[in-house]
Amino acid sequence: MADQSAARGPTWTKWLVVAVPYLWLLVFFLAPFVIIVKISLSQTAIAMPPYAPVFDGLATFWDNVRELSLENYVWLTDDPLYWRSYLSSLRIASLSTLMLLLIGYPIAYAMARAPKSIRPTLLMLVILPFWTSFLIRVYAWIGILKPEGLLTVALQGLGVLGPDEQVRIMNTETAVFIGIVYSYLPFMILPLYSALEKLDGTLLEAASDLGCPPVEAFWVITWPLSLPGVIAGCFLCFIPIMGEFVIPDLLGGSETLMIGRTLWNEFFSNRDWPVSSAVAVVLLVILVVPIMVFQNYQKKI
Amino acid sequence: MNRRLSWFNVTSLTLGFAFLYIPILLLVIFSFNESRLVTVWGGFSTKWYGEMIRNQALMDAAWVTIRVAVLSATIATVLGTLAAITMTRYVRFPGRMLFSGMIYAPLVMPEVITGLSLLLLFVAMDFSRGFWTVTIAHVTLTMCFVAVVVQSRLVTFDESLEEAAQDLGCPPAKTFFAITLPLILPAVVAGWMLAFTLSLDDLVIASFNTGPGATTLPIKIYSQVRLGVTPEINAVCTVMIAVVAVGVIAASLYTKRAQVEKEKAERAAVLQAG
Amino acid sequence: MSKSVGPVKRKFAPWLDPNAKPYIRFEAVTKRFGDFTAVDNLSIDIYEREFFSLLGPSGCGKTTLMRMLAGFEEPTEGRILLDGNDLAGVPPHRRPVNMMFQSYALFPHMSVAENIAFGLKQDRMPKPDIEARVAEMLKLVKLEKFAGRRPHQLSGGQRQRVALARALAKRPKVLLLDEPLGALDKKLREETQFELMDIQYELGLTFLIVTHDQEEAMTMSDRIAVMDLGRMVQVATPAEIYEQPNSRYVADFIGDINLLEGRVAAVEGQHATIAAAGLDRPIVTEHAGSAKAGDTVWFAIRPEKVRIGLEAPTDPSLNVVAGEVWDIGYLGDVSVYRVKLPNGTVVKSTLANVTRLVERPIGWDDKAYLSWPRDAGLVLTS
Repeated sequence: MADQSAARGPTWTKWLVVAVPYLWLLVFFLAPFVIIVKISLSQTAIAMPPYAPVFDGLATFWDNVRELSLENYVWLTDDPLYWRSYLSSLRIASLSTLMLLLIGYPIAYAMARAPKSIRPTLLMLVILPFWTSFLIRVYAWIGILKPEGLLTVALQGLGVLGPDEQVRIMNTETAVFIGIVYSYLPFMILPLYSALEKLDGTLLEAASDLGCPPVEAFWVITWPLSLPGVIAGCFLCFIPIMGEFVIPDLLGGSETLMIGRTLWNEFFSNRDWPVSSAVAVVLLVILVVPIMVFQNYQKKI
Repeated sequence: MNRRLSWFNVTSLTLGFAFLYIPILLLVIFSFNESRLVTVWGGFSTKWYGEMIRNQALMDAAWVTIRVAVLSATIATVLGTLAAITMTRYVRFPGRMLFSGMIYAPLVMPEVITGLSLLLLFVAMDFSRGFWTVTIAHVTLTMCFVAVVVQSRLVTFDESLEEAAQDLGCPPAKTFFAITLPLILPAVVAGWMLAFTLSLDDLVIASFNTGPGATTLPIKIYSQVRLGVTPEINAVCTVMIAVVAVGVIAASLYTKRAQVEKEKAERAAVLQAG
Repeated sequence: MSKSVGPVKRKFAPWLDPNAKPYIRFEAVTKRFGDFTAVDNLSIDIYEREFFSLLGPSGCGKTTLMRMLAGFEEPTEGRILLDGNDLAGVPPHRRPVNMMFQSYALFPHMSVAENIAFGLKQDRMPKPDIEARVAEMLKLVKLEKFAGRRPHQLSGGQRQRVALARALAKRPKVLLLDEPLGALDKKLREETQFELMDIQYELGLTFLIVTHDQEEAMTMSDRIAVMDLGRMVQVATPAEIYEQPNSRYVADFIGDINLLEGRVAAVEGQHATIAAAGLDRPIVTEHAGSAKAGDTVWFAIRPEKVRIGLEAPTDPSLNVVAGEVWDIGYLGDVSVYRVKLPNGTVVKSTLANVTRLVERPIGWDDKAYLSWPRDAGLVLTS
């Protein structure tokens, strides 16, 4: 029924409304993926752009198809750097998503239970860091975590560390976890909060009236009803963490492998565009399923 | 449920917000540090803000960033609003599935992929990289956020308002500007602000798509951060945080006040009618 | 209908005049949404100055019918004519009908006066004329003092008036009203019903109103169309709908009714005897309708037409059944007695409480006699 407002207007305006954003996304979002797949199949060349062109026109199309090679993908499997980066990214993304859930849930729960009058303020406090720059928030941790940083100073002051001892967190995986949890926490709390806030308080009262103790009521009532928020929050964190670059680059050491960082280095340091394209394509393939699930979920709400 | 919070809930909130805010607070505090050393408090000073303003490269980068952010947020708001209308009002059209896929995917797509793929497009199109490529890249990313924000408003929009306007003789296109747009304006403005800050903050996509003369502030900050923490960068970061915080808090206070006033008027109307 | 039933105060019955030209005409209109048929091959004629109600439960297609007239939906099949012109393809903003929406759809960002002026501005009416018309409309709905208010600063009843004034401002030939009183409380609703009738009469407009409230339809309408599942079940005056429903659906939808299933034993003109299972005497009625001997039919009689007493009436022309008082509902103005017959059927009888007696002679479990004259009920065949 909703399309009647469109059916009524002159057709050209109707189509313009759809066509302008549609074309923009086709050209600047979908087309680049076709190109990235294409380039991932082409040879590296020392030129500008640093790859051999694949399609120049219809005439040379078949010649070009024969020239397409899976060489870059073979390269990915040969060099342990790549598959270790993927595995390490998967591990870090899964672990940090779990940590985010464990830390974010109690906060979201407490927010949803807070008096109605202060809920908007609490929500505001969660959203505010979300609006501030990712880079700045990661940068803030460098000053805290570095060996001569604020954490060392604080712990020395408290006497936990001796005057010559320093915390060794910077440039380790721990620092990466801290950075990820810190940066993505609002993304986890917001969907959890919106699911928990919708929860009808009388349900818990009914459960307790029927003799269900509070802890059990949490597991049989609150948790199952908050699952949509849990799922949304997890995907909202897991997918971008998989491709995270800034955090491992600034907080992690050289041994912290993450695929986003590998791709960046491949592109900016080695200037190997076909290989970095292949890295991106494989990452995309890994993420296709979670992204589809996320989209399905988005459409339902 | 307006009962008091249990100690467990109070603890979660306190620790949670402490975790979220202490690092930022420290950064802000140390931007006013007299000493160059970040860990030693050398007294209050605003000298790093002076340094920051005298740093021509930094100011140039800030100017580029603001231009990109204003331009890309404005284009993204127009495109995103159109996309939101498409998604809520046009139930069936060819490729709707693909369209909504293209709206939601950039929200979670790792930035390295979006950045790299757009760069490859620009190279393939033989488009020289710089101000415009960064702007286009940011439009593509942020229009999807705008679309989601505006869409959530349109979903609750009472369509009978538009029907009433048309019933009273207002043609469809005019109805949009006379009725729909003024009413969804808060969401459109929120969308613009979100797009603006996303553009202001973006490092990865800008790094891939930038070119000579189009170094944005995050790129500049990133290259300096790699060299270590400096009070000057703290000062830049503090300014950026302040700009965003003031904007967001002002906007939320404004909506809250409007809400309170509306509720007051409604109560008054009920009273005087009763 | 050969003879008119019910009160006739002012003679207005263009539908009985074979030469009258209908103002709005639905011709075999069908509307489908995917697999769902909202309106099913429906035809009606509505006349100028008529107050016409579409009555039915939600989902019966009444709102769809109205929206097709306003232009928000196009019929899948059939034609809609307004004053002889086919409306197909005419967009809503070019149709000379105006609608009052169920939600009122007042523009929240405009004042009361701006809301009322909105339609006039679309017609590019000169400014002084707009001001005059707005003032006139505000006076009509008694909201002169509220011209500068925003909709959210008004009470529900005031908003309803603004919606009405806005829809009337353009002086449409036809006003469509979608559940116009649905959001008001009972007292206000009753007052507003009469105001709507006055306005319609004074301005000489055609009103088409959609409602699920039978009382509202009965009070205001010249004619009512009872709808079910996208079809028209009966179109008639309120009195005819009440006294001569054409089916159990209509009988049951409007007011309260007792239905006794039985078999027609004999018919002679409109005189019929019906044998109902478990009753020792057949029911005699003077309104046989189209029933034929041997048909399974339903004898329908309104509770207020069934008399109740503790002694058997002696008049031999009355239908009498005996039963046990099962339940008594005291409603203040009337009491409803639910009497169980030997065959298990429960028959309702309402008795006006004309005295202030608190103690009523008829009580629970009493053996009581129900009786009604031969012309009080009627036979329904469907």
